Amino acid sequence: MALQSLDIQARSATTTPVPGVRETPDLAKLIDISKCIGCKACQVACMQWNDLQGEIGHNIGSYENPHDLNDTTWTLMRFYEVEPEANRLEWLIRKDGCMHCADPGCLAACPSPGAIVQFSNGIVDFHQENCIGCGYCITGCPFDIPRLSKKDEKAYKCTLCSDRVSVGLEPACVKTCPTGAITFGSKRDMINHAKERILDLNERGFAQAGLYDPQGVGGTHVMYVLQHADRPELYGLPKDPTVSPLVELWKGIAKPLAIATMAFVGFASLFHYVTKGPNAVSKEIEKEVEKEEEEQA
Amino acid sequence: MRRDPRDLVRYTAGQRANHWIVGISFILLGMSGLALFHPAFYPFALLFGGGTWTRILHPIFGVVMGLAFILMVIRFAKHNLMSRVDWKWIGRIGEMVDGIDEGMPAQGKYNGGQKLMFWLLLLCMLLLIPSGIVLWRTYFDFPVEWVRWAAVVHSATAVVMICLIFVHVYAAIWVTGTVRAMWYGTVTRAWAKQHHRTWFEEVTKR
Ligand code: HEM
Ligand code: SF4
Repeated sequence: MALQSLDIQARSATTTPVPGVRETPDLAKLIDISKCIGCKACQVACMQWNDLQGEIGHNIGSYENPHDLNDTTWTLMRFYEVEPEANRLEWLIRKDGCMHCADPGCLAACPSPGAIVQFSNGIVDFHQENCIGCGYCITGCPFDIPRLSKKDEKAYKCTLCSDRVSVGLEPACVKTCPTGAITFGSKRDMINHAKERILDLNERGFAQAGLYDPQGVGGTHVMYVLQHADRPELYGLPKDPTVSPLVELWKGIAKPLAIATMAFVGFASLFHYVTKGPNAVSKEIEKEVEKEEEEQA
Repeated sequence: MRRDPRDLVRYTAGQRANHWIVGISFILLGMSGLALFHPAFYPFALLFGGGTWTRILHPIFGVVMGLAFILMVIRFAKHNLMSRVDWKWIGRIGEMVDGIDEGMPAQGKYNGGQKLMFWLLLLCMLLLIPSGIVLWRTYFDFPVEWVRWAAVVHSATAVVMICLIFVHVYAAIWVTGTVRAMWYGTVTRAWAKQHHRTWFEEVTKR
Protein backbone atom coordinates (compact mmCIF):
# COMPACT_ATOMS: atom_id res chain seq x y z
CA MET A 1 0.00 0.00 0.00
CA ALA A 2 1.15 3.51 -0.63
CA LEU A 3 2.08 5.90 2.12
CA GLN A 4 -1.17 7.85 2.45
CA SER A 5 -0.84 9.18 5.93
CA LEU A 6 1.82 10.27 8.35
CA ASP A 7 0.54 8.52 11.46
CA ILE A 8 3.54 6.22 11.61
CA GLN A 9 4.91 4.59 14.73
CA ALA A 10 7.81 2.54 13.41
CA ARG A 11 9.62 2.27 10.08
CA SER A 12 12.04 -0.43 8.96
CA ALA A 13 15.81 0.26 8.84
CA THR A 14 15.35 3.74 10.27
CA THR A 15 17.34 5.04 13.23
CA THR A 16 15.88 8.56 13.52
CA PRO A 17 12.33 9.53 14.62
CA VAL A 18 9.58 8.68 12.14
CA PRO A 19 6.84 11.13 11.04
CA GLY A 20 4.52 10.35 13.90
CA VAL A 21 2.76 13.44 15.24
CA ARG A 22 -0.65 12.08 14.24
CA GLU A 23 -1.97 9.60 16.73
CA THR A 24 -4.84 7.26 16.09
CA PRO A 25 -6.40 4.83 18.56
CA ASP A 26 -5.22 1.23 18.75
CA LEU A 27 -7.36 -0.86 16.45
CA ALA A 28 -7.85 -4.60 16.41
CA LYS A 29 -9.62 -7.38 14.56
CA LEU A 30 -11.15 -10.11 16.66
CA ILE A 31 -11.70 -13.53 15.10
CA ASP A 32 -14.08 -15.72 17.09
CA ILE A 33 -13.24 -19.25 16.01
CA SER A 34 -16.31 -20.65 17.78
CA LYS A 35 -18.54 -18.70 15.40
CA CYS A 36 -16.66 -19.49 12.17
CA ILE A 37 -18.35 -21.94 9.80
CA GLY A 38 -15.46 -22.14 7.33
CA CYS A 39 -17.38 -20.66 4.39
CA LYS A 40 -14.30 -18.70 3.18
CA ALA A 41 -16.33 -15.60 2.34
CA CYS A 42 -13.56 -13.57 4.03
CA GLN A 43 -10.93 -15.25 1.85
CA VAL A 44 -12.91 -14.33 -1.26
CA ALA A 45 -13.55 -10.78 -0.03
CA CYS A 46 -9.81 -10.33 0.52
CA MET A 47 -9.05 -11.42 -3.04
CA GLN A 48 -11.82 -9.27 -4.43
CA TRP A 49 -10.98 -6.08 -2.57
CA ASN A 50 -7.25 -6.41 -3.21
CA ASP A 51 -7.61 -7.55 -6.85
CA LEU A 52 -5.76 -10.81 -6.25
CA GLN A 53 -6.29 -13.87 -8.40
CA GLY A 54 -4.19 -16.91 -7.52
CA GLU A 55 -3.41 -19.79 -9.83
CA ILE A 56 -5.89 -22.64 -9.87
CA GLY A 57 -4.43 -25.50 -7.84
CA HIS A 58 -5.23 -29.16 -7.16
CA ASN A 59 -7.44 -30.86 -4.64
CA ILE A 60 -5.30 -32.89 -2.26
CA GLY A 61 -8.17 -34.07 -0.08
CA SER A 62 -8.38 -31.08 2.23
CA TYR A 63 -10.74 -28.15 2.44
CA GLU A 64 -7.71 -25.89 2.59
CA ASN A 65 -7.52 -24.13 -0.72
CA PRO A 66 -4.88 -23.14 -1.65
CA HIS A 67 -2.70 -25.28 0.63
CA ASP A 68 -0.72 -22.39 2.05
CA LEU A 69 -0.59 -18.62 2.18
CA ASN A 70 1.10 -17.15 -0.89
CA ASP A 71 1.70 -13.83 -2.62
CA THR A 72 -1.92 -13.67 -3.78
CA THR A 73 -3.49 -15.35 -0.72
CA TRP A 74 -3.14 -13.03 2.24
CA THR A 75 -5.66 -14.85 4.36
CA LEU A 76 -6.41 -18.57 4.34
CA MET A 77 -8.92 -20.76 6.14
CA ARG A 78 -7.02 -23.60 7.83
CA PHE A 79 -8.91 -26.74 8.84
CA TYR A 80 -7.87 -28.93 11.78
CA GLU A 81 -9.53 -32.21 12.74
CA VAL A 82 -8.51 -32.76 16.36
CA GLU A 83 -9.54 -34.72 19.44
CA PRO A 84 -8.98 -32.39 22.39
CA GLU A 85 -10.36 -35.22 24.56
CA ALA A 86 -10.47 -38.88 23.65
CA ASN A 87 -13.39 -39.73 21.37
CA ARG A 88 -14.48 -36.13 21.00
CA LEU A 89 -13.76 -35.02 17.46
CA GLU A 90 -13.69 -31.29 16.81
CA TRP A 91 -13.32 -29.50 13.53
CA LEU A 92 -11.41 -26.31 14.21
CA ILE A 93 -11.28 -23.74 11.46
CA ARG A 94 -8.91 -20.80 11.74
CA LYS A 95 -8.57 -17.78 9.52
CA ASP A 96 -4.79 -17.47 9.12
CA GLY A 97 -3.02 -14.24 8.18
CA CYS A 98 -0.84 -11.50 9.57
CA MET A 99 -1.31 -10.90 13.30
CA HIS A 100 -0.19 -7.24 13.13
CA CYS A 101 2.13 -7.65 16.11
CA ALA A 102 2.79 -4.68 18.39
CA ASP A 103 6.42 -5.85 18.27
CA PRO A 104 6.73 -6.97 14.65
CA GLY A 105 9.66 -9.28 13.84
CA CYS A 106 9.24 -8.57 10.13
CA LEU A 107 9.82 -4.85 10.64
CA ALA A 108 12.81 -5.44 12.91
CA ALA A 109 14.42 -7.70 10.33
CA CYS A 110 13.75 -5.60 7.22
CA PRO A 111 16.95 -3.95 5.86
CA SER A 112 15.23 -1.53 3.47
CA PRO A 113 14.26 1.88 4.88
CA GLY A 114 10.50 2.31 4.79
CA ALA A 115 9.62 -1.04 3.19
CA ILE A 116 7.70 -1.95 6.34
CA VAL A 117 5.89 0.56 8.53
CA GLN A 118 3.72 0.31 11.58
CA PHE A 119 0.94 2.88 11.80
CA SER A 120 0.01 4.32 15.17
CA ASN A 121 -3.29 2.39 14.98
CA GLY A 122 -1.24 -0.81 15.09
CA ILE A 123 -1.44 -1.90 11.45
CA VAL A 124 1.85 -3.33 10.12
CA ASP A 125 2.03 -2.59 6.41
CA PHE A 126 4.48 -3.55 3.66
CA HIS A 127 5.33 -0.85 1.10
CA GLN A 128 6.25 -2.96 -1.89
CA GLU A 129 7.73 0.02 -3.75
CA ASN A 130 10.56 0.01 -1.20
CA CYS A 131 10.81 -3.78 -0.92
CA ILE A 132 14.09 -5.21 -2.22
CA GLY A 133 13.00 -8.85 -2.11
CA CYS A 134 15.54 -10.21 0.40
CA GLY A 135 12.90 -12.10 2.41
CA TYR A 136 14.30 -11.03 5.80
CA CYS A 137 10.69 -10.34 6.93
CA ILE A 138 10.00 -14.08 6.59
CA THR A 139 13.04 -14.78 8.74
CA GLY A 140 11.83 -12.31 11.37
CA CYS A 141 8.15 -13.32 11.56
CA PRO A 142 7.20 -15.71 14.39
CA PHE A 143 3.94 -16.65 12.61
CA ASP A 144 5.29 -17.65 9.15
CA ILE A 145 3.20 -15.04 7.34
CA PRO A 146 4.99 -13.00 4.64
CA ARG A 147 5.49 -14.58 1.22
CA LEU A 148 7.89 -13.60 -1.57
CA SER A 149 6.23 -13.43 -4.96
CA LYS A 150 7.85 -15.44 -7.75
CA LYS A 151 6.42 -12.91 -10.17
CA ASP A 152 8.04 -9.70 -8.90
CA GLU A 153 10.25 -10.83 -5.97
CA LYS A 154 8.45 -8.57 -3.50
CA ALA A 155 7.00 -9.67 -0.15
CA TYR A 156 3.24 -9.63 0.43
CA LYS A 157 0.89 -10.20 3.35
CA CYS A 158 -2.41 -9.01 4.85
CA THR A 159 -2.58 -5.19 5.09
CA LEU A 160 -5.50 -5.26 7.55
CA CYS A 161 -7.04 -3.26 4.70
CA SER A 162 -4.99 -0.20 5.71
CA ASP A 163 -6.48 1.57 2.67
CA ARG A 164 -10.06 0.96 3.83
CA VAL A 165 -9.31 1.63 7.49
CA SER A 166 -7.63 4.97 6.68
CA VAL A 167 -10.95 6.21 5.25
CA GLY A 168 -13.05 4.83 8.09
CA LEU A 169 -14.15 1.49 6.64
CA GLU A 170 -13.73 -1.92 8.26
CA PRO A 171 -11.50 -4.51 6.58
CA ALA A 172 -13.10 -6.41 3.67
CA CYS A 173 -13.13 -9.73 5.57
CA VAL A 174 -14.97 -8.15 8.50
CA LYS A 175 -17.50 -6.56 6.18
CA THR A 176 -18.32 -9.84 4.52
CA CYS A 177 -18.40 -12.42 7.34
CA PRO A 178 -21.97 -13.80 7.41
CA THR A 179 -21.85 -15.10 10.99
CA GLY A 180 -20.24 -12.14 12.68
CA ALA A 181 -17.20 -14.23 13.62
CA ILE A 182 -14.91 -11.34 12.64
CA THR A 183 -15.32 -7.99 14.35
CA PHE A 184 -13.25 -4.84 14.14
CA GLY A 185 -12.85 -1.78 16.36
CA SER A 186 -10.65 -0.26 19.02
CA LYS A 187 -8.46 -2.83 20.71
CA ARG A 188 -10.12 -2.11 24.07
CA ASP A 189 -13.59 -2.71 22.68
CA MET A 190 -12.46 -5.91 21.02
CA ILE A 191 -10.98 -7.21 24.28
CA ASN A 192 -14.27 -6.39 26.06
CA HIS A 193 -16.25 -8.11 23.33
CA ALA A 194 -13.96 -11.14 23.62
CA LYS A 195 -14.61 -11.30 27.37
CA GLU A 196 -18.36 -11.59 26.76
CA ARG A 197 -17.78 -14.31 24.17
CA ILE A 198 -15.50 -16.21 26.53
CA LEU A 199 -18.10 -16.12 29.33
CA ASP A 200 -20.67 -17.47 26.89
CA LEU A 201 -18.30 -20.26 25.81
CA ASN A 202 -17.52 -21.11 29.44
CA GLU A 203 -21.24 -21.60 30.06
CA ARG A 204 -21.42 -23.88 27.05
CA GLY A 205 -18.81 -26.24 28.45
CA PHE A 206 -15.58 -24.75 27.11
CA ALA A 207 -13.90 -24.15 30.44
CA GLN A 208 -10.58 -23.23 28.82
CA ALA A 209 -11.99 -20.71 26.33
CA GLY A 210 -9.87 -17.59 26.14
CA LEU A 211 -8.33 -14.77 24.18
CA TYR A 212 -5.22 -15.19 22.02
CA ASP A 213 -3.33 -11.89 22.23
CA PRO A 214 0.24 -13.15 22.71
CA GLN A 215 2.26 -10.83 24.96
CA GLY A 216 5.60 -12.22 23.74
CA VAL A 217 5.21 -10.00 20.67
CA GLY A 218 3.72 -7.14 22.69
CA GLY A 219 0.18 -8.27 21.93
CA THR A 220 -1.36 -8.37 18.46
CA HIS A 221 -3.86 -6.33 16.48
CA VAL A 222 -5.48 -9.48 15.18
CA MET A 223 -6.75 -11.58 18.08
CA TYR A 224 -8.59 -14.87 18.34
CA VAL A 225 -11.22 -16.21 20.68
CA LEU A 226 -10.22 -19.86 21.09
CA GLN A 227 -12.39 -22.61 22.62
CA HIS A 228 -9.16 -24.22 23.90
CA ALA A 229 -6.99 -21.22 24.70
CA ASP A 230 -4.74 -23.43 26.84
CA ARG A 231 -3.74 -25.35 23.68
CA PRO A 232 -3.29 -22.93 20.76
CA GLU A 233 -1.24 -25.65 19.01
CA LEU A 234 -4.57 -27.36 18.19
CA TYR A 235 -5.20 -24.43 15.84
CA GLY A 236 -1.69 -24.36 14.41
CA LEU A 237 -0.81 -21.33 16.54
CA PRO A 238 2.46 -21.04 18.50
CA LYS A 239 1.96 -21.24 22.26
CA ASP A 240 4.21 -18.39 23.39
CA PRO A 241 5.39 -16.65 20.23
CA THR A 242 8.28 -14.21 20.48
CA VAL A 243 10.65 -12.73 17.95
CA SER A 244 13.41 -15.38 17.81
CA PRO A 245 16.41 -14.61 20.06
CA LEU A 246 18.58 -15.17 16.97
CA VAL A 247 16.74 -12.38 15.15
CA GLU A 248 17.04 -10.16 18.25
CA LEU A 249 20.79 -10.78 18.28
CA TRP A 250 21.20 -10.24 14.54
CA LYS A 251 19.13 -7.04 14.49
CA GLY A 252 20.08 -5.85 17.98
CA ILE A 253 23.49 -5.79 19.63
CA ALA A 254 25.26 -7.26 16.57
CA LYS A 255 24.80 -4.02 14.62
CA PRO A 256 26.47 -1.46 16.93
CA LEU A 257 29.04 -4.06 17.98
CA ALA A 258 29.98 -4.68 14.34
CA ILE A 259 30.39 -0.98 13.60
CA ALA A 260 32.48 -0.45 16.74
CA THR A 261 34.75 -3.41 15.91
CA MET A 262 35.32 -2.38 12.29
CA ALA A 263 35.93 1.25 13.28
CA PHE A 264 38.36 0.15 15.98
CA VAL A 265 40.42 -1.98 13.59
CA GLY A 266 40.40 0.74 10.93
CA PHE A 267 41.47 3.52 13.29
CA ALA A 268 43.98 1.29 15.09
CA SER A 269 45.71 0.69 11.73
CA LEU A 270 45.74 4.38 10.90
CA PHE A 271 47.16 5.39 14.26
CA HIS A 272 49.67 2.56 14.16
CA TYR A 273 51.05 4.05 10.95
CA VAL A 274 51.02 7.52 12.40
CA THR A 275 52.83 6.48 15.58
CA LYS A 276 55.25 3.82 14.28
CA GLY A 277 55.84 4.95 10.71
CA PRO A 278 56.30 2.60 7.77
CA ASN A 279 58.22 -0.63 8.13
CA ALA A 280 60.84 0.13 5.46
CA VAL A 281 63.79 -2.03 4.45
CA SER A 282 66.74 -1.05 6.62
CA LYS A 283 69.69 0.77 5.06
CA GLU A 284 71.97 -1.87 6.55
CA ILE A 285 70.33 -4.75 4.70
CA GLU A 286 70.21 -2.69 1.51
CA LYS A 287 73.99 -2.23 1.77
CA GLU A 288 74.53 -5.91 2.55
CA VAL A 289 72.57 -6.92 -0.51
CA GLU A 290 74.44 -4.42 -2.69
CA LYS A 291 77.75 -5.83 -1.48
CA GLU A 292 76.66 -9.41 -2.23
CA GLU A 293 75.69 -8.29 -5.71
CA GLU A 294 79.07 -6.66 -6.33
CA GLU A 295 80.85 -9.78 -5.14
CA GLN A 296 78.81 -11.94 -7.51
CA ALA A 297 79.35 -9.60 -10.47
CA MET B 1 58.06 -7.09 -16.37
CA ARG B 2 61.10 -6.99 -14.11
CA ARG B 3 62.18 -3.45 -13.28
CA ASP B 4 65.56 -4.68 -12.18
CA PRO B 5 66.86 -8.04 -13.43
CA ARG B 6 67.97 -8.80 -9.90
CA ASP B 7 64.44 -8.47 -8.43
CA LEU B 8 62.89 -11.67 -7.15
CA VAL B 9 59.68 -13.09 -8.59
CA ARG B 10 57.11 -13.60 -5.88
CA TYR B 11 53.89 -14.07 -7.86
CA THR B 12 53.06 -15.21 -11.39
CA ALA B 13 50.59 -13.24 -13.49
CA GLY B 14 48.00 -15.98 -12.98
CA GLN B 15 48.37 -15.83 -9.22
CA ARG B 16 48.07 -12.05 -9.22
CA ALA B 17 44.96 -12.09 -11.43
CA ASN B 18 43.42 -14.70 -9.16
CA HIS B 19 44.13 -12.56 -6.11
CA TRP B 20 42.67 -9.44 -7.73
CA ILE B 21 39.46 -11.26 -8.62
CA VAL B 22 39.13 -12.30 -5.00
CA GLY B 23 40.00 -8.79 -3.80
CA ILE B 24 37.60 -6.97 -6.07
CA SER B 25 34.74 -9.34 -5.39
CA PHE B 26 35.47 -9.02 -1.66
CA ILE B 27 35.11 -5.24 -1.80
CA LEU B 28 31.87 -5.53 -3.78
CA LEU B 29 30.59 -8.19 -1.36
CA GLY B 30 31.55 -6.21 1.71
CA MET B 31 29.86 -3.03 0.52
CA SER B 32 26.71 -4.71 -0.79
CA GLY B 33 26.50 -6.92 2.30
CA LEU B 34 26.98 -4.06 4.75
CA ALA B 35 24.23 -2.13 2.95
CA LEU B 36 21.85 -4.94 3.91
CA PHE B 37 23.25 -5.27 7.41
CA HIS B 38 22.94 -1.79 8.92
CA PRO B 39 20.98 1.28 7.77
CA ALA B 40 24.15 3.37 8.30
CA PHE B 41 25.62 1.58 5.27
CA TYR B 42 22.41 1.55 3.21
CA PRO B 43 23.76 4.35 0.95
CA PHE B 44 26.24 1.79 -0.45
CA ALA B 45 23.21 0.26 -2.18
CA LEU B 46 23.21 3.24 -4.56
CA LEU B 47 26.57 2.08 -5.94
CA PHE B 48 24.94 -1.13 -7.10
CA GLY B 49 21.82 0.42 -8.63
CA GLY B 50 19.57 0.47 -5.56
CA GLY B 51 18.45 -1.95 -2.89
CA THR B 52 16.93 -4.52 -5.20
CA TRP B 53 20.04 -4.70 -7.41
CA THR B 54 22.19 -4.94 -4.28
CA ARG B 55 20.12 -7.92 -3.13
CA ILE B 56 20.34 -9.54 -6.58
CA LEU B 57 24.06 -8.91 -7.10
CA HIS B 58 25.51 -9.71 -3.67
CA PRO B 59 25.11 -13.50 -3.85
CA ILE B 60 26.32 -13.51 -7.46
CA PHE B 61 29.53 -11.72 -6.42
CA GLY B 62 29.62 -14.35 -3.67
CA VAL B 63 29.69 -17.19 -6.16
CA VAL B 64 32.49 -15.46 -8.13
CA MET B 65 34.53 -14.90 -4.98
CA GLY B 66 33.81 -18.40 -3.70
CA LEU B 67 35.19 -20.01 -6.88
CA ALA B 68 38.19 -17.67 -7.13
CA PHE B 69 38.94 -18.15 -3.45
CA ILE B 70 38.91 -21.95 -3.69
CA LEU B 71 41.30 -21.74 -6.64
CA MET B 72 43.59 -19.49 -4.61
CA VAL B 73 43.53 -21.88 -1.65
CA ILE B 74 44.55 -24.74 -3.94
CA ARG B 75 47.41 -22.62 -5.25
CA PHE B 76 48.72 -21.35 -1.91
CA ALA B 77 47.82 -23.92 0.74
CA LYS B 78 51.14 -25.77 0.49
CA HIS B 79 53.06 -22.56 1.23
CA ASN B 80 50.97 -21.88 4.32
CA LEU B 81 51.49 -25.04 6.37
CA MET B 82 52.33 -23.95 9.91
CA SER B 83 55.64 -25.03 11.43
CA ARG B 84 57.18 -24.61 14.87
CA VAL B 85 59.06 -21.45 13.74
CA ASP B 86 55.77 -19.92 12.63
CA TRP B 87 54.25 -20.34 16.07
CA LYS B 88 57.42 -18.91 17.61
CA TRP B 89 57.11 -15.92 15.30
CA ILE B 90 53.45 -15.46 16.25
CA GLY B 91 54.39 -15.67 19.93
CA ARG B 92 56.64 -12.66 19.41
CA ILE B 93 54.26 -10.69 17.17
CA GLY B 94 54.40 -7.81 19.67
CA GLU B 95 57.92 -6.96 18.50
CA MET B 96 56.71 -6.90 14.89
CA VAL B 97 53.83 -4.57 15.75
CA ASP B 98 56.31 -2.36 17.60
CA GLY B 99 58.36 -2.17 14.42
CA ILE B 100 61.44 -3.70 16.08
CA ASP B 101 61.58 -6.94 14.15
CA GLU B 102 65.34 -7.44 13.62
CA GLY B 103 65.58 -10.21 16.20
CA MET B 104 62.52 -12.18 15.04
CA PRO B 105 62.96 -15.77 13.78
CA ALA B 106 63.84 -15.96 10.06
CA GLN B 107 60.77 -16.62 7.92
CA GLY B 108 60.08 -18.56 4.73
CA LYS B 109 57.88 -17.31 1.89
CA TYR B 110 55.21 -16.40 4.45
CA ASN B 111 55.59 -15.48 8.08
CA GLY B 112 53.54 -17.04 10.85
CA GLY B 113 51.09 -14.13 10.88
CA GLN B 114 50.44 -14.40 7.15
CA LYS B 115 49.88 -18.14 7.45
CA LEU B 116 47.49 -17.72 10.34
CA MET B 117 45.65 -15.07 8.31
CA PHE B 118 45.38 -17.53 5.41
CA TRP B 119 43.71 -20.21 7.53
CA LEU B 120 41.42 -17.73 9.31
CA LEU B 121 40.25 -16.34 5.98
CA LEU B 122 39.61 -19.87 4.74
CA LEU B 123 37.58 -20.58 7.87
CA CYS B 124 35.56 -17.40 7.26
CA MET B 125 34.79 -18.45 3.70
CA LEU B 126 33.78 -21.93 4.86
CA LEU B 127 31.22 -20.25 7.12
CA LEU B 128 30.15 -17.52 4.67
CA ILE B 129 29.49 -19.68 1.62
CA PRO B 130 27.03 -22.17 3.14
CA SER B 131 25.30 -19.54 5.31
CA GLY B 132 25.01 -17.27 2.26
CA ILE B 133 23.35 -20.04 0.30
CA VAL B 134 20.87 -20.63 3.13
CA LEU B 135 20.03 -16.89 3.07
CA TRP B 136 19.53 -16.86 -0.70
CA ARG B 137 15.74 -16.79 -0.91
CA THR B 138 15.59 -16.20 -4.65
CA TYR B 139 16.66 -19.79 -5.31
CA PHE B 140 16.44 -21.64 -2.00
CA ASP B 141 13.87 -22.18 0.71
CA PHE B 142 15.44 -23.62 3.87
CA PRO B 143 13.62 -24.10 7.20
CA VAL B 144 13.24 -20.71 8.86
CA GLU B 145 15.29 -21.70 11.92
CA TRP B 146 18.23 -22.48 9.61
CA VAL B 147 17.83 -19.11 7.94
CA ARG B 148 17.92 -17.38 11.34
CA TRP B 149 21.15 -19.16 12.26
CA ALA B 150 22.56 -18.40 8.83
CA ALA B 151 21.79 -14.69 9.23
CA VAL B 152 23.69 -14.54 12.52
CA VAL B 153 26.61 -16.65 11.26
CA HIS B 154 26.83 -14.82 7.92
CA SER B 155 26.78 -11.31 9.34
CA ALA B 156 29.12 -12.07 12.28
CA THR B 157 31.60 -13.90 10.05
CA ALA B 158 31.46 -11.13 7.47
CA VAL B 159 32.41 -8.56 10.11
CA VAL B 160 35.29 -10.73 11.33
CA MET B 161 36.48 -11.21 7.76
CA ILE B 162 36.27 -7.49 7.01
CA CYS B 163 38.43 -6.80 10.10
CA LEU B 164 40.93 -9.48 9.04
CA ILE B 165 41.13 -7.94 5.57
CA PHE B 166 41.71 -4.48 7.07
CA VAL B 167 44.69 -5.97 8.88
CA HIS B 168 45.84 -7.81 5.71
CA VAL B 169 45.69 -4.67 3.57
CA TYR B 170 47.21 -2.47 6.25
CA ALA B 171 50.11 -4.89 6.74
CA ALA B 172 50.83 -4.74 3.00
CA ILE B 173 50.84 -0.94 3.04
CA TRP B 174 52.82 -0.68 6.27
CA VAL B 175 55.64 -2.94 5.07
CA THR B 176 57.08 -0.73 2.33
CA GLY B 177 57.79 -2.48 -0.95
CA THR B 178 55.11 -5.14 -0.51
CA VAL B 179 52.19 -3.85 -2.57
CA ARG B 180 54.23 -4.03 -5.81
CA ALA B 181 54.23 -7.84 -5.39
CA MET B 182 50.50 -7.70 -6.17
CA TRP B 183 50.92 -5.18 -9.02
CA TYR B 184 53.76 -6.67 -11.01
CA GLY B 185 54.82 -9.70 -9.03
CA THR B 186 58.36 -8.87 -7.96
CA VAL B 187 60.10 -7.67 -4.81
CA THR B 188 63.60 -6.36 -4.21
CA ARG B 189 66.32 -8.59 -2.82
CA ALA B 190 66.73 -6.35 0.21
CA TRP B 191 62.98 -6.61 0.96
CA ALA B 192 63.16 -10.38 0.79
CA LYS B 193 66.26 -10.57 2.95
CA GLN B 194 64.76 -8.37 5.62
CA HIS B 195 61.29 -9.91 5.84
CA HIS B 196 61.58 -13.46 4.54
CA ARG B 197 65.20 -14.45 5.02
CA THR B 198 64.74 -18.21 4.70
CA TRP B 199 62.85 -17.75 1.44
CA PHE B 200 65.51 -15.26 0.25
CA GLU B 201 68.23 -17.81 0.88
CA GLU B 202 66.27 -20.55 -0.91
CA VAL B 203 65.67 -18.54 -4.07
CA THR B 204 69.08 -16.89 -4.31
CA LYS B 205 71.35 -19.89 -3.83
CA ARG B 206 72.02 -21.73 -7.05
C1 HEM C 1 30.75 -16.56 -0.59
C2 HEM C 1 29.56 -16.53 -1.02
C3 HEM C 1 28.48 -15.62 -0.50
C4 HEM C 1 27.15 -15.80 -0.74
C5 HEM C 1 26.53 -16.91 -1.59
C6 HEM C 1 26.45 -14.75 -0.04
C7 HEM C 1 25.08 -14.60 -0.01
C8 HEM C 1 24.40 -13.70 0.76
C9 HEM C 1 22.99 -13.56 0.79
C10 HEM C 1 22.01 -14.40 -0.03
C11 HEM C 1 22.68 -12.56 1.65
C12 HEM C 1 21.30 -12.05 1.97
C13 HEM C 1 20.97 -10.86 1.13
C14 HEM C 1 20.58 -11.22 -0.25
O1 HEM C 1 19.62 -11.98 -0.45
O2 HEM C 1 21.22 -10.71 -1.18
C15 HEM C 1 23.90 -12.05 2.18
C16 HEM C 1 24.03 -11.03 3.10
C17 HEM C 1 25.24 -10.50 3.54
N1 HEM C 1 26.51 -10.87 3.11
FE1 HEM C 1 26.91 -12.41 1.89
N2 HEM C 1 27.35 -13.94 0.60
C18 HEM C 1 28.61 -14.44 0.35
C19 HEM C 1 29.83 -13.90 0.77
C20 HEM C 1 29.96 -12.77 1.56
C21 HEM C 1 31.24 -12.19 1.95
C22 HEM C 1 32.62 -12.68 1.54
C23 HEM C 1 30.95 -11.15 2.75
C24 HEM C 1 31.95 -10.27 3.45
C25 HEM C 1 32.39 -9.20 3.04
C26 HEM C 1 29.50 -11.07 2.87
C27 HEM C 1 28.81 -10.13 3.60
C28 HEM C 1 27.45 -10.09 3.77
C29 HEM C 1 26.77 -9.22 4.68
C30 HEM C 1 27.41 -8.20 5.63
C31 HEM C 1 25.39 -9.49 4.52
C32 HEM C 1 24.26 -8.81 5.25
C33 HEM C 1 23.86 -9.69 6.39
C34 HEM C 1 22.75 -9.05 7.13
O3 HEM C 1 21.86 -8.50 6.52
O4 HEM C 1 22.80 -9.11 8.35
N3 HEM C 1 28.93 -12.07 2.12
N4 HEM C 1 24.95 -12.76 1.62
S1 SF4 D 1 2.57 -11.68 12.04
FE1 SF4 D 1 4.56 -11.67 10.98
S2 SF4 D 1 4.22 -10.35 9.18
FE2 SF4 D 1 2.51 -9.92 10.63
S3 SF4 D 1 3.26 -8.16 11.88
FE3 SF4 D 1 3.80 -10.03 13.02
S4 SF4 D 1 5.92 -10.41 12.31
FE4 SF4 D 1 5.02 -9.01 10.80
